[in-house]
Amino acid sequence: MGIRRSVKARRPTRVPGPLLTLGVVGVLVFALPFLGLLFRVPWSRLGSIATSAVVVDALWLSLLSSVAAAVISALLGVPLAWILARTDFPGRSFVRAIVTLPMVLPPVVGGAALLFAFGRNGTFGGPLADATSFVLPFSIWGVILANVFVAMPFLIVTVEGAFRNLDPRFEEAASTYGARPLDVFRRVTLPMIRPSLLAGIVLAWARALGEFGATITFAGNLPERTQTLPLAVFVELQRDRDSAVAISLILVVVSLVVLVALRDRWWQR
Amino acid sequence: MTAHPKKGLGADLDVTVEQFRLQAAFSAEPGETIAVLGPNGAGKSTTVRSLTGLAPMDAGRIELGGRVLDDPAAKTFVLPHERSIGTAFQDALLFPHLDVRDNVGFGLDRSQRGSAVDALLERVGLAGFGARSVDGLSGGEARRVAIARALAGDPDLVILDEPFAGLDVGARAGLRKLILERRADSDAPWLLITHDPTEARILADRVVVLEAGQVTQVGTPSEVQAQPASRYVAELVGVNLFEGVARAGRVTVGSADVELTIVDSALTGEVRLTAPPESVALHASQPGGSPRNAWEARVAAVHRLGDLVRVHVDSPLPLVADVTPGAVTELDIAPGETVWVAIKATSFDVF
Repeated sequence: MGIRRSVKARRPTRVPGPLLTLGVVGVLVFALPFLGLLFRVPWSRLGSIATSAVVVDALWLSLLSSVAAAVISALLGVPLAWILARTDFPGRSFVRAIVTLPMVLPPVVGGAALLFAFGRNGTFGGPLADATSFVLPFSIWGVILANVFVAMPFLIVTVEGAFRNLDPRFEEAASTYGARPLDVFRRVTLPMIRPSLLAGIVLAWARALGEFGATITFAGNLPERTQTLPLAVFVELQRDRDSAVAISLILVVVSLVVLVALRDRWWQR
Repeated sequence: MTAHPKKGLGADLDVTVEQFRLQAAFSAEPGETIAVLGPNGAGKSTTVRSLTGLAPMDAGRIELGGRVLDDPAAKTFVLPHERSIGTAFQDALLFPHLDVRDNVGFGLDRSQRGSAVDALLERVGLAGFGARSVDGLSGGEARRVAIARALAGDPDLVILDEPFAGLDVGARAGLRKLILERRADSDAPWLLITHDPTEARILADRVVVLEAGQVTQVGTPSEVQAQPASRYVAELVGVNLFEGVARAGRVTVGSADVELTIVDSALTGEVRLTAPPESVALHASQPGGSPRNAWEARVAAVHRLGDLVRVHVDSPLPLVADVTPGAVTELDIAPGETVWVAIKATSFDVF
C-alpha cells in the first residue's frame, strides 16, 4: 500500500560474468581500505589509546554534536521539506538550490562561509557577540552548527521525496474527518512517511559524525571543546600513526554498528 | 441520535478544476438518499470535492444543516475540517499506519472513541476487528471500515463515493444490505456517488444524472428509467431489475403475477434479477421453443435510441427491450398494442 514495499521471496539469480567482475571490483574499492586499516591496528596499545583523554573527549563530543545536529536537522528540515514538496511559491527552486548546496560544496568553503557570517568579527556574529558576548566558533555550538550546515541537506532531500510520493488524498480525507491542518500533519503525514524520515535522520547523523572540513574551519580544533573524532584522526596522523589508526577503527565500528542496527529495524519495513 | 433535527443539503455547485467545469444544482432532504450517477469524467469526484471543501467553488452556494458552507459571492467558505460531512472515499483510503479502531475513531475526540468505535464496528458487521491492521482486510471489509469512519460522529451529510467499485458479487450484495440497514437509522441526507445505475436504483430515493459537468436529469429511479432525458441516460439506466422470492428455480416477482425461471434452482428467499434490454426479445405471438419466461404485455412507449429502438412495456411487469427498427415495423409495435415478451433464464443476473 502506497509507500510500503512488498516483500517478495527472492530466488537465487545467475549473475552475468561482466556484471560479477565489476561488482567484485566495486566491493574491493570499499573493502581494501578497511583491510589496510585493520592490518595496521596496534592491537596491544588499542586499550590504552581508546581510553586516553583525547579519544574519550573526542568520541563524546562527536556523538553529542552529531546526534544534536541530526535532531536539529529534523526539527528544521522536515517543515522545510514539506513546504518545498507541497507548496508553490516564487523562488522555490532557488530556496531548494540554497538548502541543498552544501551537498556539493566543499565543506571547507561552507566552514569559511559560516566563519564570515557567524565568526567573532562576522556579519551576524559580530553584533551577536557585542550584544550577548556569545561566540559560536571554538565552542560545541559551532561544531553543531557546522554539522547541521552539511548534514541537513541530506535529510531535506530524503524527506521531500517522501512527501512528494505520499498520496495527498490521505491528508485530504483526514481533513474531512475534522483534523486541523497541523493535526493532519502530525497524525497522518508524518506517520505515513516514517521510514523515509528515519532514513533521513540516520543519513544526516552519519554525515555529521564524519564532518571534518566545515568543523575545523569554523569551530577550530581545540581538544576537549571542538576536536571531534575525525579531527583527532587528522592530528594524530601527523603525530602518532598507531593512535590515528586506533581512532579510525573506533569511528568505523561506531558507524557500522549504528547503520546495521537501524537498517534492519527501520529501513526494511 | 442528535439533539437538533437534521436539515437537508442544498447544493448549487459551480467549480472549475483543471479546466473542467462542473455546474450542478440538486438538493437532498433529511433521510433521503440521492444517487449522483454518471460515467467517468462526468464530474462525480469534483462534486465530492466541492461539497467537502477540498475544491473551493467559483460561484454558487452550498448549504447543509442550516449552515452555509460555501458561497463565493458572500465570501463565505467553511474549511473541510469544520464541515460535518462523513465521506467513505473511493478506494476506502484507510490510513495504513493506524489499525481498524483508530481509523474508525479518527475524527472522534479521544474520550468518545472507545465505546463509540465498538458500536460502529458492530453496526457494519465487523465486531472484534478493532485491533486488526488495515493491510489484512478484504476489499469488502475495507469499505465497511470506511463506511463506519464516515458515520462516526453523526455527520450532517454522509457521502459514499463509489462504495462498490472493484468488489465481487458476494461482497457487493452484503455491502448493499448493510447500506440499506444503516440508512434506516440515520436521519442525515446521504449521497451515493456511483457509475452503476443498478446500485442507484436499489439504494436511492432520487437520482441526479451527471453528464460532462452538467445535470441532465433528476428524478426517482423509476421516473428516470421510464422517461430517460437523453440517449445516454437511457443506456445508463436501461437495465431491467426485478425483485422477488426464489424457490426451486422459480422467482415470484413482487405484486405482479409473473413467475420467472432462473438457472440456479438451489436459490431460495428474496432475490433481485437484472436483465439487459438487449436480452429481452419481442414476438408477435407466443414463442415456441426454449424460452420459458414468456408473457403477453402491453406496450407503453417507444423511443429511438440511435441504431436501436427502446420499447417500454408496463403491464404486467414494467421493463424495457432494445430491438431493431425492422422488428418494430414487422411486429407493428406501437403504444397500446400487445406483444409477447421473452427472456431466457440464462440472461438473468441473479443476486
